[in-house]
This record gives sequence, C-alpha cells and structure tokens, in this order.
Amino acid sequence: MVRAQVLICGGTGCTSSGSKKLIAEFEAQIAKNGLEDEVKIVRTGCFGLCALGPVVIVYPDGTFYSRVQEEDVKDIVEEHLIKGRVVERLAYKDVAEGVELKHGNVSLNDTTFYAKQKRVALRNCGVINPESIDEYIAMDGYAALGKALTEMTPDDVIRVVKDSGLRGRGGGGFPTGLKWSFTAKNQADQKYVVCNADEGDPGAFMDRSVLEGDPHAVVEAMAICGYATGASEGYVYVRAEYPIAVARLQKAIEDARAYGLLGKDIFGSGFDFDLFIRLGAGAFVCGEETALMTSIEGNRGEPRPRPPYPAVKGLFGKPTTENNVETFANIPQIILHGASFFNTMGTEKSKGTKVFALGGKIRHTGLVEIPMGTTLREIVEDIGGGIPNGKKFKAAQSGGPSGGCIPASLLDIEIDYDNLIAQGAMMGSGGLIVMDEDTCMVDIAKFFLEFTVDESCGKCTPCRIGTKRLYEILEKITSGKGTLADLDEMESLCKYIKENSLCGLGQTAPNPVLSTYRFFKDEYVAHVKDKKCPAGVCKKLLSFSVDRDLCKGCGMCARNCPADAIFKTTYIAPEHKLPSYCIDTDKCIKCGACMSTCKFKAISKK
Amino acid sequence: MKSLAELAAIREKMQNKVVLREGGSDIRVVVGMATCGIAAGARPVLNTFVEEVAKAGLSDKITVTQTGCIGICQFEPVVEIYESGKDKVTYVKMTPEKAKEVVEKHLKGGQVIEDYVIKNI
Repeated sequence: MVRAQVLICGGTGCTSSGSKKLIAEFEAQIAKNGLEDEVKIVRTGCFGLCALGPVVIVYPDGTFYSRVQEEDVKDIVEEHLIKGRVVERLAYKDVAEGVELKHGNVSLNDTTFYAKQKRVALRNCGVINPESIDEYIAMDGYAALGKALTEMTPDDVIRVVKDSGLRGRGGGGFPTGLKWSFTAKNQADQKYVVCNADEGDPGAFMDRSVLEGDPHAVVEAMAICGYATGASEGYVYVRAEYPIAVARLQKAIEDARAYGLLGKDIFGSGFDFDLFIRLGAGAFVCGEETALMTSIEGNRGEPRPRPPYPAVKGLFGKPTTENNVETFANIPQIILHGASFFNTMGTEKSKGTKVFALGGKIRHTGLVEIPMGTTLREIVEDIGGGIPNGKKFKAAQSGGPSGGCIPASLLDIEIDYDNLIAQGAMMGSGGLIVMDEDTCMVDIAKFFLEFTVDESCGKCTPCRIGTKRLYEILEKITSGKGTLADLDEMESLCKYIKENSLCGLGQTAPNPVLSTYRFFKDEYVAHVKDKKCPAGVCKKLLSFSVDRDLCKGCGMCARNCPADAIFKTTYIAPEHKLPSYCIDTDKCIKCGACMSTCKFKAISKK
Repeated sequence: MKSLAELAAIREKMQNKVVLREGGSDIRVVVGMATCGIAAGARPVLNTFVEEVAKAGLSDKITVTQTGCIGICQFEPVVEIYESGKDKVTYVKMTPEKAKEVVEKHLKGGQVIEDYVIKNI
C-alpha cells in the first residue's frame, strides 16, 4: 500500500535541469531501502517554479524541495521517507506573508509564489501524472464531456461558455462562446475543431506546460467543442520543438481512444469525435489562424484574407472552430462547475484567470496563473519575488513581438484585455518579460522587430518590406546615426504597417516600437540627439575609458583586450608606482572585457 | 466508454491514489519513525494505518504521515492523532494489531482507546 508519493517535475524546464536523472536515482534509492510498495514516484507536469528546478514534492505532507540534485536523493529517501524528517537544507522556505503553516512544514500553496495564484487551466499541472488517464479521471476528468453529452444540448454548451465570459487566451481575446456559435450556425457535411498550440512568442511556454502537464484537459475540451459546434474531427497543431508535449498528447489521445472517450458513439450518445496531431516546423506566422490551417492542409504556412472567417470556410474549406490551448484547458471546468464558477473571477470584461510565463529580470522565473484584475505589481513583486541584484523595475513586456511595454509608472495597472490594449500593450498569449534598469528600450524594440523580420512570411508587402525598413531605422538609431527626422519616419512607418498588413503578424509587428516610443521617448531622443544609450547597452554609443588616477598599471586590461586597443602611457599617478593605461577608442570593439578584469574599478563606460 | 457509470467506476478506483496529494484533511495520524521508532517496529504500524484507512474509504478525510523522534523512545512505536478542535491523542507501544483497532474504534467510531494512551501505560 502506498503511503507516500514523490512528485517530480517532468516539464521541459526541470527535465533540462536534470529531473530525469533524479527519477532514476529515486527509483534506485527506494529499491535499496525496500520501499517500493510504500512509496510511489510520479512524474508530473510543470509546477511553475522553473527557476528553482528540479522541483520535488513529497506527499502526504506536501513538503516542497527545490533545486534537488542527484546526491540529495539519498537524504530525502533516508531522512524524509523513512524517518519522516524534512531535509531542511533543501526545503523551500519563502512563505507568503500571513500564511500560517499548518503542520510546520512549507507546502507549495504556502509559498509567496503560489499564495496569490488561482489555478484553473493549470489545476492538474504538477498534481497528476499526465501520462495516466486514470489519474485525470480521478480528478473529475472527462466528467464534463459526460455531462455535456448526456445532459446538455449543443446550444446549452454554447450558452454556458458564452455566459462564462471566457475570451480567447491566444492573444486576441475574442469571446469563445460567440466563436463557437458562429461555427454551430453553419451547415456543412463536415466541420472541424482546431487547437492552436503553435506557441511562438520568445519566452512564452504556457501552452507547452498545459500540454505537458494536463494533456487530457485539451482532448476533453476539444471533444466538447466538437459536440457544441457539430464537428467530428479535430486537429492539434503543435510545434515540433515541443517533444515532451507532443509525446504526452499522443499518449493522451491513444488512451482516450482505448477508453472510448474518443471515437464512435461516445458515452452512448451517438456523438463521434476523433483527434489528430499535426506538427508545425516552428514558423511564427503559423500561429495566425488562417496560416495555421493552410499549414495543416499541407501547404506553405501563409495567411489568407478574412473574411471568409474560419467559422464559414476554415480547414479544408469547411466550417472550423479554432482555439488556443489555454482557452480549451478552461472549458472542462466551466462545463462542470457552470458559468458562474468562471465569471465570478476576474474583471468586468475579462473573466476567469490567465496564465503567464514570467521571464527576464525576475527572481521566480516560471509559470503563474492569476485571476484577471491582479495588478502587475502583485505579479512582479509578490509572485515573481521582485527584481534580482537590487536593481530597479523598468518595464514589463507583454504579448511578445505583437505586444508592448508597460512602464514602472503603470505598475498598478490591473491586468485584463482592455486595460493592456488601452496602454498600447496586449495580453498576447501570456509571455511576460520583466526588464530592469539596465535594459535599453530601443534595443528591446529592435530585438522584437528583428524577430518579426525573420518570421514575416513575405506574402504581403507592408509586412515583408515595411518591417525590414523599420528595423533599419532602429539599427541606425542604436548605432548613433539616427536623426530626429528618423523618429518621425519611424512613427509613420509603424502606422502604415499596422494599417496595411494582411494578417495579425504584420498588423501587430510595430507594437513593440510604438509602445517603447510612447513611454520611453526620452531614450530614443537620447540616442539620436546626444548619441548616448542611457542604459549603457547599445555598444556603438558606448565609450570605455580608464581613470588614470585610479589605474595602478597592472596591465590586466591590456592583456585581456582582444583588439589590442589598450596601451601603456607615461603618466604615473602620485600614489602609484607604475604608469597607467589608456584605451584607444578607434581600436576598441566595446566588448567590456577590460572593465570586467579590472580589479580597481578604474575602467568605466559611458 | 459507453456510460457515465464506467467513468465513475474508474474515478472511484483511482481516487484513493491521488487523494494523498490534496492534503487539508481533518484528521492526521502521525507515526514516529525515527531510529528508535523504526527499531521498535513503527514501519509495519505505519503501513497498517495506511492500508486500513484506505480500506475504510477514509483516505480523503485522514492523512497518515510520519514524523521524527518525539522524545519518549521507550514508548515507541508512538502514534499521535490530531483532529481539529480536539486534544491530541498519543498512543504508545503500538503494534499492527493495535493499529487496526485504533482505525476501527477511534478513527471510524470516534472512541479513544484509553488502554493504549500514554497516560495509562
């Protein structure tokens, strides 16, 4: 009989920090101590605290161990699993304010990272073994599908989804119930459900984590959507760079088929539904719905004009409902607990919760799910644990290459679709990159634009050529050759690209530029007028110099300079014995090697 | 899957296996599992508790866990039962047989078995 369970994170983050080896070591240690029948090892999906991985949780007490290494496993088995003593040096201690520890040990829900979160889409991530359909069923899995098929009409299902206020989590925020009703209305011999798992924003991994941690939730939701809209087939379009997610989803589909939860006559209701995976090759544009469907059809992933919308003419020319992974992950909960379960969370126009991938200059890099209306400050300072190394918060970038920046002055903004759009940013799929004072906003805009230039499919001119020209202007500005006239041209080009591009990629590509220009105009001006990068990032605008009175003449900088740009002078500072060094700015490649090797802080950059 | 009943059956069967992870149950059975406890035979006692609680279908209400040395080594195996709103009950010199009795009478019936409680030894 199992008396304790060891949950080890098998998400991509923890797998790359070594959780696979950990599982093997746990198995070996448990066998060595003869605990095979008493202790069960469960490989779960992402717990969210990727920065602290590999994460191990021991139940029933729920002790949360972070950064567990192979050599720690012996201690956990011999101390905790045999003797019941928590291994203090590995136990995570960052407890939320005001939380009273129930039994003396810190469990995941007590931590500052978890305390303000509300897990709906991620409810099973890190709790169940994603490769076990039985564990999913034990957590009320497939009960929503059963309820929909046996107790509800397709119209009932659509009404509940509409009433819940759920909006598309992929970025656009279109009301999900409304989308479903459009497809349901159209008559056709064949309709489709498509799940968009082509997560392409740099730094975003929400959808991957849902697929890795709770694949059945997506399978179940797609079947529910099929029932509601009259579709009998579904496709999940997922990028091939997500091998763990693909493998688990594949297993989930096979297990569901074996149980008759996919296939013919599900629950004896006469409803047939089956699901297939299509792998994407990692083109950003394929996250756009029409390009995605073109790619599933076997063609080059290029968008096409809308209308006709997919609800009328979608995949293979048939009416199609397309939703994002996280949108689907919310559906079973909504059907099971009713619309009010969902619409009582969040703000007036944005209901429920949203998953964010927290990244950048923040202590707790990871995956968080918060009710809509939580302030950015709570996410950054409480859940995220603030900015490391005592630096100041400068801005948060949300929505990736299509989104914008939220500056420090707006830290108290309540996160929802409309508030973010009003500030020129957008919810996007949920990537949230935190930037500190050392970040140059022009450089960030350039980074995202470089991404869209690479990813533009080339079908329409405003996007293909417009983004390239825009990038060139930014390149000019960051290398100190920009003029004030360039800034005006940049702004008008942004507007032109937004208004004239064919699909969402081009229409949103200028957002990172526009929003940084809106909130950090002074930085742009400093680049063109003063030829300075205030954050000290843009290399071409930097100059390194030696303070000859601080220089002790040790010569370390000269030896480390890859460009031979540092030479010895004849000047000897009054209190020193050796002549000081000097940097030849013409030869200097601004790599910063001299600055990091100088022990006397005699070299500075400006 | 042809009926909701089949689904419910799987759920029923599996629930015991995931319930450990939910926590927050009303009653906690804590078995002393330090060196002294293990030497005195605490492990079979712990396993008996886990099995009997599961058998009785109480896994969602009762958490069975272990702890270190409580300091009364001569009385091991020691089992403490915490229930919200009630005083802690400490059973000492436990055996698997006594454990079964505790599950039956105390955990199911609400009746403390005075003979095994520390003050009466």
